[in-house]
Amino acid sequence: MIFLKKIAVSTAVSSLVLGASMAQADSKEPIVIPTHNWTSQITMAYVIGGIFESIGDNVSYVPADSQAVYESVRNGDVTISHEIWQSTFGKSFNNALDAGGIIDVGNHASPTQEEWWYPAYVGELCPGLPSWKALNDCSELFATAGSGGKGRYLDGPMDWHGQETLDRIKALDMDFTAKFAGSSGALWAELESAKKDNRAVVIFNWSPNFTDAGEGGSFVEFPEYTPGCKMSDGGDGKCGSPPAGWLKKAAYYQMPKKWPTAYKVFNNISFTKSDIGNMAALVDIDGLSHEEAAEKWLADNEATWKKWL
Amino acid sequence: MHYFIHHKWVQFIALLAIFFVLVMAISPVSGGNLWRFQENIFWLLPDTLNNFLKYLINDFWLVETYDIELDLTEESTMIKEFTRSLSGVILFFINLIRELLLGGVKTVVTFTSWDFISEHPWARIPALPWTAVASGAFLMGHFLGGRKLSILAGGSIIYIAVFGQWTPAMQTLSFVLVAVPLSVFLGLMMGVFAYKNKTFKIILTPLLNVAQSMPHFSYLIPVVVFFGIGDHAGAISTVIFATPPMIRLTILGLKKVSPEVLEAGLMSGCNPRQLMFKVLIPTARHDILIGVNQVIMQCLAMAVIASFIGTKGLGYDLLVSLNRLNIGEALELGISIVLIAIVLDKLSLAWANKQADYFADLPFHLHHKYSLAFFGILVVTSAIAYAISLFFPDKPNYLYFISDTQGLTTKNFWDTIVDWIITSTYQSVQSFNVFMITSILVPMKEAYLAMPVAATLFLVTGIGYLVGGLRSAIIVAAFIGFIALTPWWDRALITAYMVTFSTVTAVIIGCTVGVLCSRNTRATRVILLVCDTLQTFPSFVYLIPVIMLFGVSDLSVLIAVTVYATIPATRYTVEGLRNVPQSLQEAASMSGVNPTQRLLHVELPLAFPHIMLGINQTIIFSLFMVIIGAFIGTDDLGQLIMQSLSRSNGMGQGIILGLCVAFIGLAVDHLIHTWSDQRKQALGII
Repeated sequence: MIFLKKIAVSTAVSSLVLGASMAQADSKEPIVIPTHNWTSQITMAYVIGGIFESIGDNVSYVPADSQAVYESVRNGDVTISHEIWQSTFGKSFNNALDAGGIIDVGNHASPTQEEWWYPAYVGELCPGLPSWKALNDCSELFATAGSGGKGRYLDGPMDWHGQETLDRIKALDMDFTAKFAGSSGALWAELESAKKDNRAVVIFNWSPNFTDAGEGGSFVEFPEYTPGCKMSDGGDGKCGSPPAGWLKKAAYYQMPKKWPTAYKVFNNISFTKSDIGNMAALVDIDGLSHEEAAEKWLADNEATWKKWL
Repeated sequence: MHYFIHHKWVQFIALLAIFFVLVMAISPVSGGNLWRFQENIFWLLPDTLNNFLKYLINDFWLVETYDIELDLTEESTMIKEFTRSLSGVILFFINLIRELLLGGVKTVVTFTSWDFISEHPWARIPALPWTAVASGAFLMGHFLGGRKLSILAGGSIIYIAVFGQWTPAMQTLSFVLVAVPLSVFLGLMMGVFAYKNKTFKIILTPLLNVAQSMPHFSYLIPVVVFFGIGDHAGAISTVIFATPPMIRLTILGLKKVSPEVLEAGLMSGCNPRQLMFKVLIPTARHDILIGVNQVIMQCLAMAVIASFIGTKGLGYDLLVSLNRLNIGEALELGISIVLIAIVLDKLSLAWANKQADYFADLPFHLHHKYSLAFFGILVVTSAIAYAISLFFPDKPNYLYFISDTQGLTTKNFWDTIVDWIITSTYQSVQSFNVFMITSILVPMKEAYLAMPVAATLFLVTGIGYLVGGLRSAIIVAAFIGFIALTPWWDRALITAYMVTFSTVTAVIIGCTVGVLCSRNTRATRVILLVCDTLQTFPSFVYLIPVIMLFGVSDLSVLIAVTVYATIPATRYTVEGLRNVPQSLQEAASMSGVNPTQRLLHVELPLAFPHIMLGINQTIIFSLFMVIIGAFIGTDDLGQLIMQSLSRSNGMGQGIILGLCVAFIGLAVDHLIHTWSDQRKQALGII
């Protein structure tokens, strides 16, 4: 026990001595950046880490669940969160904002879209797409064993925006049922298997994403989104999702005090759709590791990120 | 008449008859509380628990802490300060081992500061060359267990290095090397204490039951809130999960020590401490070692789940590669996890069984020959690694470190195989898929959901009474009644339907395979090895190929669950049959039975209680895996547990949901154990 106490004391004392002399500069304690389980987010974590290191700060990375991470930002165990998707993580993020301890650091330049999506070949199977009416007319193409004759729409996990999906199907009186996948991995597995079999599928997807590259696919066009059209906002529910949703950044509330320079940089950081697509492609298509991809991106795009400093 | 009333089977049929009458009689529309319990005060429990935990960490016993760097006085709580210091200590040890293997600065920072590190770039621990670690593994294997073990340990390390998994594997290893000793130590201490103190044991037993059967996901958020995120959080949740079997087996081992040994110890004048550590524990070594084996297996089984809350290593890489559908890569990572588990298990076993040679009076260089040899190798390999980087500064230094893009890989091979299986079997599998879903699974699910709560409770209580009398009836009714009072009864029914289906399938497959393999000693050895391997192999890897074949559906989940749940059914059948006393088998053979008759009338009945314990394990495994099935997409308790990760009242909801799952398991566990004990007593094989 004495040994353990010593460890604690030595940490405290040393940070006292050296900390006092550096009131204005960034703390040398590492900025903790979370990594989740999709490519663009992990690469972006290392890119942002590289930018922070270029101004002389220390960083460390920690794997975290993408829903649970906001609780950790609130507690200061994680310093930033750099890819908050509107419809997928909006709820968790807003819960954390209400609870306090986390600050909204603005949006990336990239607009995001999160909507029903089909791979390119499905357009030939069901002519008339991307209109939702055409989709509804070929609903039997999308039927599966468990869907009871109706078409099946494979949504993301129930807690992303499940109620809205059910509301929309009901409001538009569609001949579809929604099945909720348990993870994004499940979505891609279903997509991959359908591709091999040239089978029609319509799944939840978002952009920018790795599916933007390659053969691609399209989002289904629903009646246009207007503010307040969703059932949860008191509307009739007969509308799609916003065509340009936000992609936010967030930080621990002490970050501006502890790492003022890094915070300013983080505030300026704003990736575009093609930045995010490139980061993902370096890993998914060129086969680099996430760290190598980040290094390469930083080397190739110095003009972009140097102006954020 | 008397015979009929008291015969269990007749009672059971009567019970079923009343159950069906109740199902018919209670209608969903007018049934009210008999159909499903209406909203009650109990529904506030998750929120209450959540608020209580939040109060504990945020508002209870406030203390002031001073942040020197920011020159701020902040409010904190005693509990938070305590849990965070504990985390710091665990993290220190994980980082220490990790940085000895991989290099780094955090250990140095603990004794200096981040500013010191930034000013002095030399102040870091250099990474060991992988060649040094591999030779170390060879030496340690040889020292503890001879040539075979040496090849196993060294070969595994070489495999990991050559396949470019050095960094994640060493991260996992450092995590495991802290979590395992911690669990073993805590387990041993609590086991010893429970052995000595009856009251402590009575309090401990139900806690152990719950900790062992709660799904891990349900306590991830509380761990994150109390201990923070990172490797230490993963280690803490692993310890919660891995310590119970250690405690149990310690108690079991100590109880089995024969009184003669104890007396002998007392007569030699041992004081209580000497008695415990020099007599009891060494004598109970066999069971305690099984406990250590269990701890190692459980710790590595947690490697993937722990990565949700910040554990770096193979588990995290595996999740990422699965999410990118890189099944081959995930498979390779899974193999490394299994290798680490096997090597640690064998090394710890050999270490514990190694007898100290008290009489050897060797000179220094012979006494320490292994340490000296390792030191020599360390110097040589480091020199080689350094020399190479000096002469070929721009080339990758394969004798020092092989990164994941430089290593060998078989992932294309595996990907091709998986690809081929999927494309060539897809069509034939579809008719099976449609048949299973429309004719079996959907009707079965609807049947479960059509049970009124009163009828279900009556049925389980009745079974409890038949199996273990009034006591069991009350215990089972309490477990299931708790679930019925929560808002999640329908969800629990869906979980129950999936567990029932997969258990039945797994038991049929497992027992058949087990019986067939137990006929032959070599087959027995092989199947036990397969069971060990599959048990540590991360079950997440099955999920993606299964979705590719069967889509996002209940069938996918059930197939993944069945694969995993067949392991204990097979293992216990083999073990049960193997442990039938030789004398009884010979007695049977002498009475002139042929092998089939002997199997059916002697071996199976005698092994049956043990096989029942296997079925019990099958149910527990199924429950675990059904919850993990939420990653495919289910609509049972597991889905809600996953959702609680993002809810504002997530802590309370997660824990109560976890308790619901645990209580299903515990109710079944209680029934089977009671029954199996009675049978064993009747057969005289305790």
